[in-house]
Amino acid sequence: MSFPKPIATTREVTGIPTGRLAVWWVIASEIVIFGGLVTCYLLMRLKHVSWGDEAANTSTAAGALNTFVLLTSSLFIVLAHAAAEKRDTVKSFKFIWYTIGMGGVFLVVKAYEYTTEITHGYTIFKSVFWSFYYTATGLHALHVIGGMVIMAIISFDVKKGKELQRVELIGLYWHFVDIVWIFLFPLLYIAK
Amino acid sequence: MTAESHGHTNYVKIWGILLVLLVISLVGPELEIPVLTLITAFGIAVVKAVMVAAYFMHLNIEKKYIWYVLISGIVALLVLFAGLSSDIMVDDGANWQDCIATSSCVEQRL
Amino acid sequence: MGNTVNAHVDAHAHDHHEQDFWSKYVFSTDHKMIGFQYLFTGLFMAAVGGYMAYVFRMQLAFPGESVPGFGTVTPGNYNALITNHGTIMIFWVAMPMLIAAFGNFLIPLMIGCDDMVFPRLNRLSYQIFLLSTIILLAGFFVPGGAFGGAWTSYPPLSARGEYNLTPLGAPIWLVAVALEIVAFLLGGINFVTTVMNSRAPGMKMMDIPIVIWMIIIAVVLFMFSVGPLVAGAVMLLFDQVLGTSFFVPSGGGDPVLFQHLFWFFGHPEVYVILLPEMGIVAEIITVFSRKKLFGYKLIVYTTFTIGVLSMIVWAHHQFIAGIDPRMASVFSFTTILISIPIAVTFFAYIATLYGGSIEFKTPMLWAIGMIAVFLVGGVTGIYLGASGLDIYFHENTFVVAHFHYTMFPIVILGGFAGIYYWYPKMFGRMMNETLGKIHFWGTIIPFNFIFMPLFALGIGGQHRRIYNYMNFPDLASPEFQDLRVLATTATVIMLLFQIPFVINLFRSMKHGEKAGNNPWKANTLEWVAPSPPPHGNFPEGMPEVYRGPYEYSVPGREKDYWPQNVPN
Repeated sequence: MSFPKPIATTREVTGIPTGRLAVWWVIASEIVIFGGLVTCYLLMRLKHVSWGDEAANTSTAAGALNTFVLLTSSLFIVLAHAAAEKRDTVKSFKFIWYTIGMGGVFLVVKAYEYTTEITHGYTIFKSVFWSFYYTATGLHALHVIGGMVIMAIISFDVKKGKELQRVELIGLYWHFVDIVWIFLFPLLYIAK
Repeated sequence: MTAESHGHTNYVKIWGILLVLLVISLVGPELEIPVLTLITAFGIAVVKAVMVAAYFMHLNIEKKYIWYVLISGIVALLVLFAGLSSDIMVDDGANWQDCIATSSCVEQRL
Repeated sequence: MGNTVNAHVDAHAHDHHEQDFWSKYVFSTDHKMIGFQYLFTGLFMAAVGGYMAYVFRMQLAFPGESVPGFGTVTPGNYNALITNHGTIMIFWVAMPMLIAAFGNFLIPLMIGCDDMVFPRLNRLSYQIFLLSTIILLAGFFVPGGAFGGAWTSYPPLSARGEYNLTPLGAPIWLVAVALEIVAFLLGGINFVTTVMNSRAPGMKMMDIPIVIWMIIIAVVLFMFSVGPLVAGAVMLLFDQVLGTSFFVPSGGGDPVLFQHLFWFFGHPEVYVILLPEMGIVAEIITVFSRKKLFGYKLIVYTTFTIGVLSMIVWAHHQFIAGIDPRMASVFSFTTILISIPIAVTFFAYIATLYGGSIEFKTPMLWAIGMIAVFLVGGVTGIYLGASGLDIYFHENTFVVAHFHYTMFPIVILGGFAGIYYWYPKMFGRMMNETLGKIHFWGTIIPFNFIFMPLFALGIGGQHRRIYNYMNFPDLASPEFQDLRVLATTATVIMLLFQIPFVINLFRSMKHGEKAGNNPWKANTLEWVAPSPPPHGNFPEGMPEVYRGPYEYSVPGREKDYWPQNVPN
């Protein structure tokens, strides 16, 4: 059944398209969710000096590689958006799938890290630092997976030239996930 | 936002700058100066985040009040941090004993 | 534009007739139907929560005796009932009724558009909410029983099954609350986006009815305060299910951290509920005193101030948790400071009433009753805001009485005011005035007999977390027990007086007097639409707005009201 769009959707009183406005509000609420977690972590970290030693066991190389991967994926999705604005649907489709691929690489690296850490005994139970580590990166990884799924779904509509504004919307979300990682990287990996 | 206004941003160039910043944030801690580590690790994280937000998320050409919305969220977090810091970052009470869990009466009731 | 719009609306109306039962009532994307779904779920949960209150009040008045309709109350039952009474009344009654039901029903109608901007997101929001309701109630039927660690779920009690003895109930409760929050985040994004982007042509920021302003500010407040609690809920769930130690001190965690996360949300939550309800009252008192709302802009700006201030008062719930005394002073100050903008708003309401031609119709009674009762709640809040006094009052029934003197007028009196006022628009017929007035007096008088005794009991030092006072010789004196029996009797009477409402609600749907478009002669846009509004809301064409919503009794005009959509 085709879904009739209400008149409400066609209005644009603020001058920002409704979809984009909603994504900004999603991001605002996500900022507070991730921010709340990071705030808790920071407070505990500043209290417990010993967490620096725990953090020495995370792999900076893997973290840096993942930062590189996500930054690159951000570039791809913004290029997909630029292509979509020029109505170059094939190119946009291609860049969306490059982004999904980069998300896949990110998850593979993450899985490798988790495996190494767990086999060395650094499980979620080892200390509160590791609890935070797995919670924060796990929540982030869930967002990565969610973004990849949504991108895969919308990519086929985009290829047909439908709903092109969605490339920008998923892009905003993806950049936000990237920014979360930009902060998690120094918090969990660099600061020893 | 129109297609023309996007033409001004060279995304690949921004990406290049981001990678250079990433390298700096990795090299910084190797010098083992704590203050420098803080600046290179967290200062650069902020710079990277702002660059991604401004150029990739197009906040540079977005309506101003989107900034206000996002910044309100960050201000809420600062308030949270300030309110919590005097409680969470003190060690009083860290000697709490888990005597309930060890007592046999609870085990009986389970 | 008119033609195309009408064609569009006609197409909608056509769809409407072809819908079968499931797509009309269950999987509807129409904002009005989703509002009703929230409303009736909320009313059902209010009955469940009221039943719980009845059971544990009976236990307090007649300890150990079998409660009619429940049986003997064990300590575990008692804790589970208290916990779920609080949880249900806040998260499953106040939120769905005041924000989701009225927000969904009113926002598109009052800003003059045909639906929410994301109708399917709206439907998803209700479905997640319904799922959370089912999960919460399922908690009562698992081994070990429902969670009994208070609606605040403080760790370490809530973090380990060994401590709270409900190893299954606790995570179920937590998951239900988390899903409920997700449902309201989705709904909230929809609300804010709709009001920002889809107002009728001509409706400027300062032409938006107060109730919409208040709902939106409440939703934004919710979004900015709930995030840390979502993170905290994930952490607590890991503590419960996996056995991590975020909040368990023996494992290196910090239980006070969760208290902060909870109240960083929990206090703004009070205002998240209060604001929509104050908006409802503002609409009602202007209509029934036939007078322009006093200080529209003043109210909007003070509402912003309330929103901002409410983010920095949370730790007054933790004065006895051993928080830093220096911070306690700061939070005492901000807590007492926030009473100023609240008082300003209420003075503006009283100034609106002053000199008006007041009609005591049922909605007006509820609205004025709300202002009067909330006053008592607000004034006793000053006692509790002062950190020194709070140390005595916080753990006895004084704080319970204060809480109910604020929450009851907000949720119950305000909620009923809204239902009586918008019922003609919702169902196209008037409610019975006599039954409505019986319901009002039968609710507000017993209410005072429930909670006034609790103030006295609290000042007398009666601790508030006690299953059976008879087990404590110091608390079991007969005069205190008499007050408890009085409160319990009043509870039963008040619950019985809800029967006229239920009769009125369902009987008036069929047999009430036909309402017509605008029975109260009000100005706002929802009264332009037919009652009940069809799918698409405005079959005559989408309205345009020419003035603010409160132009009553304008000198030199024939009628004493001047709807927003009338050009001149």
